[in-house]
Amino acid sequence: MADTLQKTPPTAAPAAAKLEAPPAAARFRFLTDRWLAGLFISPALALLVFLSIWPLIRLIWLSFTDYSVTRDVPASFIGFENYADVLTSPVVRERALTTMIFVVGAVGLQTVLGFAIAFLISRRIKGRGALTTLFLIPMMLSPVVVGLFWKFMLDVQFGVVNSFLDSLGFGRVEWLTQQRLALLSLIVVDTWQWTPFIMLIALAGLTAVPKYLYEAAEIDRASEWFKFRRITFPLVWPLLLIAVMFRAIEAFRLFDLVYILTGGGPGGTTETLSFNVYKVAFFGFDTGRASAYGILMVIVVIIATNIYLRYLNRLQER
Amino acid sequence: MAAHIQPAGVADKGIVGETAAPPPVRRRRKLGSGIEIAVLTILAIVMLFPVLWMLETALKDTKDIYAVPAKVITGWTPTLEHVKNVFSSNSPVFSGFKNSVIVATASTIIATVLGVPAAWAYSRFAIKAKKDQLFFILSTRFMPPVVVVIPVFLMFRDLRLLDTLQGLILVYAAFNLPFTIWMMKGFIDEVPAEYEEAAMLDGYSRFEAFWRFTMPLLIPGIAATAVFALIFSWNEFVFSIFLITDPDTRTAPSAIAGLIGGTTINWGLVAASAMIFAIPVLIFAFLVRRHLVAGVTLGAVRR
Repeated sequence: MADTLQKTPPTAAPAAAKLEAPPAAARFRFLTDRWLAGLFISPALALLVFLSIWPLIRLIWLSFTDYSVTRDVPASFIGFENYADVLTSPVVRERALTTMIFVVGAVGLQTVLGFAIAFLISRRIKGRGALTTLFLIPMMLSPVVVGLFWKFMLDVQFGVVNSFLDSLGFGRVEWLTQQRLALLSLIVVDTWQWTPFIMLIALAGLTAVPKYLYEAAEIDRASEWFKFRRITFPLVWPLLLIAVMFRAIEAFRLFDLVYILTGGGPGGTTETLSFNVYKVAFFGFDTGRASAYGILMVIVVIIATNIYLRYLNRLQER
Repeated sequence: MAAHIQPAGVADKGIVGETAAPPPVRRRRKLGSGIEIAVLTILAIVMLFPVLWMLETALKDTKDIYAVPAKVITGWTPTLEHVKNVFSSNSPVFSGFKNSVIVATASTIIATVLGVPAAWAYSRFAIKAKKDQLFFILSTRFMPPVVVVIPVFLMFRDLRLLDTLQGLILVYAAFNLPFTIWMMKGFIDEVPAEYEEAAMLDGYSRFEAFWRFTMPLLIPGIAATAVFALIFSWNEFVFSIFLITDPDTRTAPSAIAGLIGGTTINWGLVAASAMIFAIPVLIFAFLVRRHLVAGVTLGAVRR
């Protein structure tokens, strides 16, 4: 605010000065609040309309046609056929199941691990900052980098994981090319990358729990378990649920790890919905169907998020 | 106080009924704390091992990389051969790094220039359906990228923006804009509107009040937000592989991913480029560590 005193002639002007608007006032006066708001918001909205809304509208339109990128024929309207195709396809059902297993497995593991780490860190006094920073490293890396790290580590021949297993006397394991195991590997890698996310948010919640609650409990000679169950957990739970929601939305649309690590194989067992959309759109060249597929995915996310948020709101009202 | 009144020595004996030895709980807690530290250490090693392993691989000789059993701690001598290869003239990833710098910087600047004023307007003015608009802005960020990329691909094909850096810059700017607006709105809400009102009483117009008085207070927030936008654009992968296939204009993530496409994979080069790609991100993330919670939740959670 020292700025104000130095730069504004009006406040520093002697009392004798005429009652006149200071020179500064003349500038930009033509920008009324309404104009200013419009001027400030419209460029941002324009960019979003151009690259988010317009594509979305086009996607919806495409989803009702049999358009294909490779054929040079104009698209013809076929109604809900694409939607019916996608919803009745057994392949889609399988991919949905794979995605569900992945989301539940990965997010579940991350939540438990992330909260545990956050809880342990929050009980340390020394070195808390350094520990947090170290734990956060995986989260900041690009999925490409993470995917490559792990592809190398899980390699059958020169992978360090198999090398460890070998020296311990277990056999080599085909982490990424064996059915069932490949999906588990995906879950492990995703957990490695995103546990810090849950940890970070849980830690924010844990450090915000007021100290006096613990002091009061201590006076009442409450056990550690009681303090955790009745104080720590209820206060961190809502925040943890928000973190879980973020993770679930992102896990649902997982693409990059699959692309790098397994390419959907073996036998399509690690093909998530996103990866399937990609295959339909860019290998099957069935653009119309892929659009319908994508829109259904978005609808699922919207509905699930809404139900979840409603539950969350009710929880916070209590 | 009591020490003055009590005869010397009484205080040391304690209250009647209290045991002289420390209660057993204390020791158990110490043991528990030891276990906690051990668990934390093991977890930290597990979390950090992949990063360290990649760093080690980047610095190893090709011969040592493929050694079976793996040489974890001893038995290898560090070499900068792979790191040099990343920057050499015929390196397949070097132009990717250059393009990534251009794309990340330009898209961050656009997102910041468009986003900060919009965030200010949303924070200060009564705008029709403000909540709906803000929610809508955020919701564009939650669409699966693979789905969004289909219509964007078609649009860019019509506009001849495929395989160009300009196209990717626009996409990343649009991708970062919701984040910038939400994050900045949080920072601006923390600056009292009274500052601007006082400036306006002094005769400044609304715009000047924003520019001269609020803006300087926002600089740290803008810096943090821009760093996050920079990290997101730098790391982004899905749009970059679909919208750019030309080796001359592709960005680092797709160039690095391209290294594993062939039949033989030069893991030393992969590791070196992945590490070089990751280091700037880690430095930037360290700079904004105080805002990390807000940053990774798109400003939804602030503490």
